[in-house]
Amino acid sequence: MNALRAASSFLHGRNAFYVSLLLLPPLLWLGTVYLGSLFVLLTQSFYAIDEFTARVVPELTLKTYRQLVSQPANVDIVVRTLAMAVAVTIACGIIAFPVANYMARYAGPKMKAFFYVGVMLPMWTSYLVKVYAWRLILAKQGIVSWGFESAGASPLLDRVLATPVVGGPSLASSYIGMFIVFVYMWLPFMILPLAAALERVPGSLLQASADLGARPGQTFRNVVLPLALPGLAAGSVFTFSLTLGDYIIPSVVGAPGYFIGMMVYQQQGTAGNLPLAAAFSVVPIILIALYLSLAKRLGAFDAL
Amino acid sequence: MTAAIELREASRSFGTVVALDRVSLSIASGEFFALLGPSGSGKTTCLRLIAGFDHPDRGRILLDGEDVTDVPPFDRNVNTVFQDYALFPHMSVAENVAYGLRVRRVGAAERRRRAIEMLELVQLGEFADRRPNQLSGGQKQRVALARALINQPRVLLLDEPLGALDLKLREEMQTELKGLQQRLGITFVFVTHDQGEALSMADRVAVFSRGRIEQLDTPRGLYARPRTAFVASFVGSANVVAGALAERLTGRRAPFAIRPEMIEIRTLEAPPSPGTVGTEGVLEDVLYHGSSSRCHVRTDDGEVLAVARAESAGAEPLPPQGTRVRLAWRTGDSVTLEAE
Repeated sequence: MNALRAASSFLHGRNAFYVSLLLLPPLLWLGTVYLGSLFVLLTQSFYAIDEFTARVVPELTLKTYRQLVSQPANVDIVVRTLAMAVAVTIACGIIAFPVANYMARYAGPKMKAFFYVGVMLPMWTSYLVKVYAWRLILAKQGIVSWGFESAGASPLLDRVLATPVVGGPSLASSYIGMFIVFVYMWLPFMILPLAAALERVPGSLLQASADLGARPGQTFRNVVLPLALPGLAAGSVFTFSLTLGDYIIPSVVGAPGYFIGMMVYQQQGTAGNLPLAAAFSVVPIILIALYLSLAKRLGAFDAL
Repeated sequence: MTAAIELREASRSFGTVVALDRVSLSIASGEFFALLGPSGSGKTTCLRLIAGFDHPDRGRILLDGEDVTDVPPFDRNVNTVFQDYALFPHMSVAENVAYGLRVRRVGAAERRRRAIEMLELVQLGEFADRRPNQLSGGQKQRVALARALINQPRVLLLDEPLGALDLKLREEMQTELKGLQQRLGITFVFVTHDQGEALSMADRVAVFSRGRIEQLDTPRGLYARPRTAFVASFVGSANVVAGALAERLTGRRAPFAIRPEMIEIRTLEAPPSPGTVGTEGVLEDVLYHGSSSRCHVRTDDGEVLAVARAESAGAEPLPPQGTRVRLAWRTGDSVTLEAE
């Protein structure tokens, strides 16, 4: 007790020392575990593998990156992943907005709690279970095609599946199916920050807009959307980066084409090409950095 | 002449709480009108009904004789200055002011010109390119005013317009609002819980209590002839005398009000002046306010009467506390109140 008191009075008034004591553990963690390993990863990507011995040569070279951008198959993987991430992000934004807006502005306290739990509940169950469940749901004999059949709308589903590139023999083995699963998985990550951002918009701003003559559509464009943009940006960083990095969904559901995450998994595992795996993991980092700078230029963080 | 604003038997309830109970009200064009009352008295609900943010459960609302009960706020020729100003944080001051023109698709150059003009009217011309969060409370208030006036509304609604300002600024803005209203000649309706504000600015005041208009009169009328005990003590301060003391003094059981400044404190030796009534009591305490003092005198009936006494240079010194004194006022200065 006395020692505690002595320590307290020693710390009192020594603010710099006190703060650095508090900062030390998180800085150590962040510095070594996060930034340190990221740095190691970056360094790895500048090594290359010796094609004969299959050993990593610890010499700085751009050979691996050259291999990444020169092989059309690798470029395809990047483009495919990027296209999926963009599509998933846009779809999540569109679906999340009305839900988040309802939660933030119209729901009573009970309804709001119900919605928050409802949005987060799926995140409490195993990721793998959900992905495999979706495979069954979207399978050729799954509940979705059964539903279409019962409604007599099978031709409609067939026509959708006949779409070139994104279609396939069944939803479970098409990019459409993969897209559905991605959107399902990451939607909460869009709804939550968006609802938080919308909740911070005072209702009086919307009333002021209407009072000054703005129709609901104009109020949405001029007031709600710009003020929700930071939340939309935060949510989209989640959906975008999670899609860019995921390797399980593309390997369980969807067409056989490779995604960045699968490539990283395969290169560092089966193929043992650690430098190429590292180079592939750098791609999402660059894409997200580009995305953030674009969002900043569009003013997404002005209202923060 | 048709009234600028008319409420006909307007009612509004929230759950089991009756916010507004069959209120009828008529505000003339060009009037400076105050809705005065404590919180929860229905004054803000009344303003929201006029603005169109809320819909009455029963009753009608007319603007310039036209029924607007079902007209949304964006189609009403009424603009509002919000209590929290509600300036758009992501727009510059000029963009805020020009917003009403922007949603009416006025060209960018034209609306900028008119926004600057409006800002100059409220003496904020050089702040056009600032953000709202770089302004002080008083400046935000002026921007909100300029923004509400740019659409040239027939009616300007102000929700507790001075509530968030400090005392000195509040007095300044009172003069300014009054001047602005006279120059523009449009109808101003403002909500306030501050009776001083209502008395000093408004042409007429509606005093709200429990969802109803308790009294509607000019400031002088309200102060001189309060109808009920609520109005008497809410507008200014008043001694409301009821029961045995009232019966002894007036011969009737009806309560009456007497303003503290109308009561004179005299020593027991001084002879009562003709035309006055009064009672005796013990001087309990004296609060000194600079230009005046406030004394509390307990009568033999156990009631405490407040007396305001001007502290002018020639004023006689008060007798010490605990002394028995005589209170006197002219019969014409007391106001008989309606029993509640």
